Amino acid sequence: MTESLSVSETLSPELFEPMTIEMSVDKFEQPSITYWQATWQKLLRNPKAVSSLCIITCLVFITLVGPFIWTVDPAIQDLEQISQPPSWGRSALVVDDFGIWQGVPITEMEQGEEDGPLVLKVIGKGNTEYVRLTWRPIKGISEYHIYRNEFVPLDIATLGIPLAEIILIDGEAVGYEDRLKLSERDYYYSVVAIEQVMNREDSDTDMPIAVYSTIRVSVIQGVTKADALFLNLESEEVNGAQTVKLPLHPFGTDGLGRDILSRLMHGARTSLLIGILAPLIYIAMGVVYGGVSGYRGGRTDEVMMRFADFVIALPFLLFMILLKVAFGIGPGESGILPMIIALIMLGWPSVARIVRGQTFVIKEEAYIQAARLMGAKPFYLVYRHVLPNVLPLIIVSLTFAIPATIFTEAFLSFIGFGVVPPNPSWGSMCNDGLQHMLSTPHELIFPASVICIAVLCFNLLGDGLREAMDVKS
Amino acid sequence: MFKYLLKRLASGAITVWFIATATFWAMHSVPGDPLLNDKAVDPEIRKNLEESYGLDKPLWHQYGLFLGNMLQGDFGYSYTQRNRKVNDIIRDHFPVSALLGVIALLIAVSGGVVFGAITAVYKDRMPDHIIMVIVILTVSIPNFVFAALSQLGVLNLNEWLGNTFLPVAGWGSWQHIVLPAWVLGLGTLAYLTRLMRSSLLEEEGRGYTLTAHAKGLSRFRILYKHQLKNAILPVITVIGPTIAAITTGGFVVELVFSIPGLGRYYVQAVQQLDYTVIMGTTVFYGAFLVIMVVLVDIVYGFIDPRIRVGQ
Repeated sequence: MTESLSVSETLSPELFEPMTIEMSVDKFEQPSITYWQATWQKLLRNPKAVSSLCIITCLVFITLVGPFIWTVDPAIQDLEQISQPPSWGRSALVVDDFGIWQGVPITEMEQGEEDGPLVLKVIGKGNTEYVRLTWRPIKGISEYHIYRNEFVPLDIATLGIPLAEIILIDGEAVGYEDRLKLSERDYYYSVVAIEQVMNREDSDTDMPIAVYSTIRVSVIQGVTKADALFLNLESEEVNGAQTVKLPLHPFGTDGLGRDILSRLMHGARTSLLIGILAPLIYIAMGVVYGGVSGYRGGRTDEVMMRFADFVIALPFLLFMILLKVAFGIGPGESGILPMIIALIMLGWPSVARIVRGQTFVIKEEAYIQAARLMGAKPFYLVYRHVLPNVLPLIIVSLTFAIPATIFTEAFLSFIGFGVVPPNPSWGSMCNDGLQHMLSTPHELIFPASVICIAVLCFNLLGDGLREAMDVKS
Repeated sequence: MFKYLLKRLASGAITVWFIATATFWAMHSVPGDPLLNDKAVDPEIRKNLEESYGLDKPLWHQYGLFLGNMLQGDFGYSYTQRNRKVNDIIRDHFPVSALLGVIALLIAVSGGVVFGAITAVYKDRMPDHIIMVIVILTVSIPNFVFAALSQLGVLNLNEWLGNTFLPVAGWGSWQHIVLPAWVLGLGTLAYLTRLMRSSLLEEEGRGYTLTAHAKGLSRFRILYKHQLKNAILPVITVIGPTIAAITTGGFVVELVFSIPGLGRYYVQAVQQLDYTVIMGTTVFYGAFLVIMVVLVDIVYGFIDPRIRVGQ
């Protein structure tokens, strides 16, 4: 006792003053971050996921804004340019309107040395509207056949079927005008003089000249004056010839002359609308269904899950087709809404199953018990505790559901149960393009690669998210 | 085991009934008239036709008749192909689809296991990177595009070889099967490769693998003797759903390669609103899939007894 007293004597009040901290403790400068921030940072470290996210954002942006910038109507047919490959603007020669062309009078033909009889000459420039040919007739022969080939004919036997048979009546003018479905390429025109058997017998002299001659004609795009005026095309003078600029189709045109770029953008609206909206709705449905089932448990759970199992057991594509057709009621139906309804009706159970399983696990956790003891209502429990824990799983299944849905849409459009024709969709564009795959592959390549890119990006993003959120599949 | 089997079969039967019911009501809500042809039909004839197909009766009655006939395995006559029973259509065309599907499945499973093993053994090395890039590209290409591209490729190959090494369409000889089966199985092959890879990598961390390594066993022996048995289990689980994916994926392949399988007839039947064919085919496919899933489950129970105990 005495000792303690002595100690108290040595204590002075200033000893009890708060000490000023001089030494600074090393603080952990890392701010605490939420789960979502951590996930986001992890995701940013994954280059594949980031680039996929960028591409998806671009795709969505182009889909939303693109049609306002590139205002070409996807349903308009440009008949001057059918199945054209991608190009940066094409021009066409303005040519005379349709009319009867008599040919070149024989008297006007030059008598050049190299310009012997039966040598084909092109009058004007060969264009897709017409190719005008003339030649000097052989004396005594009045029947000539014109042939058109796409390859160099080897001899007279390989010419094929004649394009026209021409009989010169009085031999005043000679010429032939070809207007038969010309496209922009090289043609080989041949003219054959047909010897009459009578003629042959009459004259003893040999026929000194070749019986046929061939000329190569490079046909260029042509537009008649009337069409140019009608389509309101801008005309200009190039090298003395009047040309017009044809409508621009950067990605080319399809087999009906429709602009592929515009169709891709409008098709993206259809495909992405279905691909994103339907999974969003059916995942929401699945979450509610699975959440209720898992939370209630017992008899309710058994009945609800049995029903979900039945729906899962339905052959998916068979029922997709059946339901799509069943809901496609009424005129003017574009096929988008029935497809979304069918997808929702068949898609929800798999999500419900996952959510239900997860809810089952979470519901037994200690913190849920604690919250329940504190009087939390079921709705609060699900909203506050269960949902945030299931959310990563839901987001990951969404990123995988989107490409699967895009595929389903493409598949249905491909077999003809999808979006109805004036509305383009990527799948139906592939179907159209497939028919011209050999001659004009760009019609298939563009929509197919857009589908591939979109699906690839969503898949890679899903992989990245799964890793970042550490969700087991 | 017997009780488990019985339970599975009972639930399978209920599932088939559900599929039949859903098909019946979905199909009868499709707008249109199955008896409507290009030609105008005499009212008398029409009445007789409706009577013979039972279309004059109320829907509930038709539903009852349909279920009764279905139980006896009779799906009735086709509406569009007169005098042809749906059973005959299924009997004629299902074997074609089944053969194609089985070969595709074989390609997918064997390819998936082999490539999965390669990627797991060479993890983070060149073979792994190459195969995984191909896999991710493959799952991103729609199978109809892939079908068209492979047709084009084979056409060029044939031209280069100067003979029809592989026909690109049609049905009849074994050469006809090669290309469509390959196209049909490829998507599943890619999926199974991924599954096998992750499943094998999981086994890589287990104690017994470590022991095997410590014993100095060769990499191949560890893989073949020890890991494969365990790693293949998840692959077997997904074979049920995989069969479903392959059978329905067959639709496109049958269309593109013009193969006279059941899938092609189904698409046609929906377009022509051939009630009996649609119902018959859907119920048949549904039952087939249910049986397959049950079979896979039972086989799985034999392979992995833990599952049986869990049930």
